[in-house]
Order: sequence, then structure tokens, then C-alpha cells
Amino acid sequence: MKWIGVALLAASFLLPPVFAGDYYINLASQILIAAIFALSLNLLVGFGGMTSLGHASYLGVAAYISALLTSRYGFGHGMAAIVSIAGTTTMAAFFGVIALRATGLGFLMITLALSQVLWGLAYRMSNLTNGDNGIAGLTRPAPFGISLDSPASFYWFALIVASFAFLMMATFVSSAFGSSLKGVRDQPRRMAALGFNPWLVRWITFIYAGFWGGVSGLLYVYYNKYIHPTSLSTTSSAEALLGVIAGGSATLGGPVVGAALVLLLKNYASAYIERWNMLLGLVFLFIVLVMPTGIVPALSRLTMGPRGGSR
Amino acid sequence: MTPRTPDHALEIIDLKKAFGGLVVTQDISLAIRQGERRLIIGPNGAGKTTLFNQISGDLRPNSGQIKLFGTDVTQFAAYKRAHFGLSRTYQIITLFPGDTLEHNVTLGLLGLRPSRWQMWRPLSFYGDLATEARRTLDAVGLLHLAEHQVSDIAYGEKRRVELAMALAQKPRVLLLDEPLAGLSNTERTQVKSLIASIPRETTVLMIEHDMDTALDLAETITLLNYGRVIVDGYRDAVIADERTREVYLGV
Repeated sequence: MKWIGVALLAASFLLPPVFAGDYYINLASQILIAAIFALSLNLLVGFGGMTSLGHASYLGVAAYISALLTSRYGFGHGMAAIVSIAGTTTMAAFFGVIALRATGLGFLMITLALSQVLWGLAYRMSNLTNGDNGIAGLTRPAPFGISLDSPASFYWFALIVASFAFLMMATFVSSAFGSSLKGVRDQPRRMAALGFNPWLVRWITFIYAGFWGGVSGLLYVYYNKYIHPTSLSTTSSAEALLGVIAGGSATLGGPVVGAALVLLLKNYASAYIERWNMLLGLVFLFIVLVMPTGIVPALSRLTMGPRGGSR
Repeated sequence: MTPRTPDHALEIIDLKKAFGGLVVTQDISLAIRQGERRLIIGPNGAGKTTLFNQISGDLRPNSGQIKLFGTDVTQFAAYKRAHFGLSRTYQIITLFPGDTLEHNVTLGLLGLRPSRWQMWRPLSFYGDLATEARRTLDAVGLLHLAEHQVSDIAYGEKRRVELAMALAQKPRVLLLDEPLAGLSNTERTQVKSLIASIPRETTVLMIEHDMDTALDLAETITLLNYGRVIVDGYRDAVIADERTREVYLGV
């Protein structure tokens, strides 16, 4: 049962370029990017019990580094991508040391504060970041000489990266280390008594989440060919967090479904209602009330009985 | 890791812990030989669990020293002490309710192995861990429940999973915090013989209120009251001591 659902979901990702128009292909690309981002956030929120409200930092910083290096400093896309991901991951290592001094609400506040600092810098350091104007006129890379300028070709590129990211993060959480992580989430004291180093387990996960956040940021800037401080903002972090919780944290499918939901609402609803955020809020409220564990766990319970939820 | 084999498995010197103005343990000095079975008794609030928490590293003492096999571990984090051969159980059951019994015990095994850092192989790859976990579950009489979730089993069974998790680690020093609490008579007998069968390489410290059962297991007894050691010595001498009767046995 479960695998049929997974296969159907996977197949649905192959369809957009076949029959959909450019608008929908682009929307699907955005969903893929948001899905990688939400999946990386879910490593922290769902599997690590570390609720972060500053995950957009990794998306934004990776995007800014790539944008600056390619547009200002004449780097090629390949080199810029490597520097951008390495830089973002290093930043996650530093931020992790600061944020992991606390857990729970304290952790959330520190991640929020750190991301606000970056957002402020992106706004104010206008000689470097161009401030509120953002950095425009960026290009997409052409891996192996294949241009990614058409919506369909970019979609295939994003799909390959997203599939790989999904696989890597799925492997991570179901590994022996993943078991350590879930243990530390549920009973940190017990895990320490058993010989696990809770801090180190959390820190490694934090860095790994930062790495994939950076990857989603690269795709984000490739897709938009533009970067603006809002990509670093709390709203951007909160939207992803909303998606993770709505879709079902601590599941692999949840963040993908949640990210899709947020993006579809944003794109469809904003065409009809100006205050689309209100609609998003209502939908979120409905989900929390009706299926508090999220869409994916609720659906798998429906199809497989009360014990069907995958962990 | 074992440069020498000192006589004492565990040495505690002038241990003091206070929560603000409330002193919970003070001037505690204990020396526990290798292989010894030590029972810690005392009225509620005597500081027994706080003492355990300091030995295991859950709490840092304000002053004093803790030595494991001659090494000063006072500044070691809890996880480091586990790698030094220290295991414990909790008075309040601290398990992973959503996971199977087998998974719970496997975590105990994983904690001491380098494979806990393994990021691409699933836990199921390590068949030897599962086999070992099942063997330990068999030893505590829970093999038939190995595939059940902890949340689905009875309280007495959870107590035994606590024990299995610690025993699986083959500790050199084992701290048992009220392993018999809340058990039925039958379960008591089972757990008692289980504790009695712990190999001599393991030094056992046990907090227990059920004197009828615990006295049979103990060789030496430490009586705590108001965070201090009141009486300390061989079982019969401690039981016969006037102060024990006064403080604890209430005769």
C-alpha cells in the first residue's frame, strides 16, 4: 500500500514537462526547490527535535554567495557553487555552536536572531548586496553544456538534484546515526547515559541540514536569476516551517507535501485574494485541528490503520 | 584504557551537591570494591538518586571527586563515563515508547560502538547488534515481546527493559535505581534472580526500598539521611546498627 502511494507520487513528478504548460512546469520547479529546503529543515525539526526559525539563512546565504561570485567577481558557475556550498556549510558549523548552547525555545530564539542579523546585513550592506534592490541579471549554469534556460530543462535539472537530495536525507535519517539522532530527540539524558554525545549528534545534524539548505538556495537563485533580502527573512523561514509541520514532521514525505501546499496556495490564492497569508493561516489552522501530526501521517493512518504511520 | 587494576571500582571523595541553598548530598565518601554488591538505603529525600545522578554524570557535584577504576571522572560528561564502563537504570522509566523492545536494547549496544556515527548504513545492517539485543531480552525473559512497542507492554516489563538496556552494555559498574519499584511479587522474584545472576566482573550499586528482597542481594550497605552517610559497612553490621533502626527501619 505504502509503496503504491510512493510510486504514484514519484511518477507525478515525471509528468509536468510532458503535458503541462510553462507556468505549471515553473511552479513544479519551485515546489522541488521548496521541497529540498523543507526536507533539510525537517532534519532539525522532525528528526532532531530542534525547531529552527532561521533556516532561510542557509538558503539565502548560499544564493547570495553564488550571485555575488558569478555577477561581480567573474567566477564560473561550477566554482561559485562549490564556494557557496562550502561557505554555507561552514556557516552552519559556526551557527550550530552558538544555537546549540540551548534547546527548545532558546534554540528557536537564537536561530531567529542569527537569521535576522543576516537579513539586516543583506539589507544594509548595500554596496555589497545592492540592498533592497537585490541582485538582478543573474544567469543559470549550463552543466555539461546543456542550457537550463527553458522551463522544462530547468525542471529536469531540479528534479535530478531534488531526487538525489531526497535520497541522501532519507539515507541519513534511516542510518545508525539517524537512530542516534531520534534517540537524542526523544530522551537526551538516557542517550547520554548510553554513551551517545547528544551535543555532537545535534551539531552534525545541524551542519548537514545547513548543507542541504545551501543546495536549495543555489537552485533558488538559479531559478529566479535574482536574489533579494526577503529570501533571508523570517517569513521565508516560517513558511518552510509551516510546510514541514503541515505536511508532517519526522516523515520524509511530509515536507515535500507541505512545501507543495504552501507554494500552491501562495501562487493560486494570491491571484484571487490579496491577503493570501490569511488563507494560508486558515488552512494551517484546519490542518493542526484536524490532523495534528500533519497530512502525511494522517493519510497513512487512513490507508493503513492506526499503526501505519511511518516514523 | 585500563592501565592498572586498582582495588576500587568506584571511589567517591567528599562529594557535595546543593541546589541553591538546599544541600542534597554532602561529605559523601564511599569506596566500592570491584565486584561488590552495594545497597544504598535511606528515607525519601535522603539524596540517593542525586548521588546516582552525580556518579553517572547527569549532575555535576559542587565539590568532591568521583573516581572510576582509579581515574578521576568528576569532570567527564555522562556519555564519556558510559564508555568507561558505567551503566545505569532510572527510577522513573526512561525508554523510547514508540520503538520496539529490540530497538531500545539495540540503542544500548549502539551507544558504545563506533557504528553509532555511521551515516549511510541502516541499523538493521548490523545484524550482530540485533542478535545481541535479542539475547539480552531473552535473559530478562522478554524475547517474546521483542517486536512489540514499549508503549504496548506492562509496567513490570518496562522495568525489565530498563535493566536489559543496561545489562546489554556489559557494564563494569552498574547503578540500579529502584529496579523493583512497582513490581508484583512474581516479577520481584524474577528480577531478583536476574540481578543475582549479574556476573562478578560487574560492580553493582543498587537503590532499593524493598528490604526483604534487596537484603538478599546486598553484601554491603550504605545508609544515607539528609544527604550524609550515616552508616556504611557490611550488611549484617549495618542492619544491627542502632542508627539504622532509628533512621530507616523504624523499629
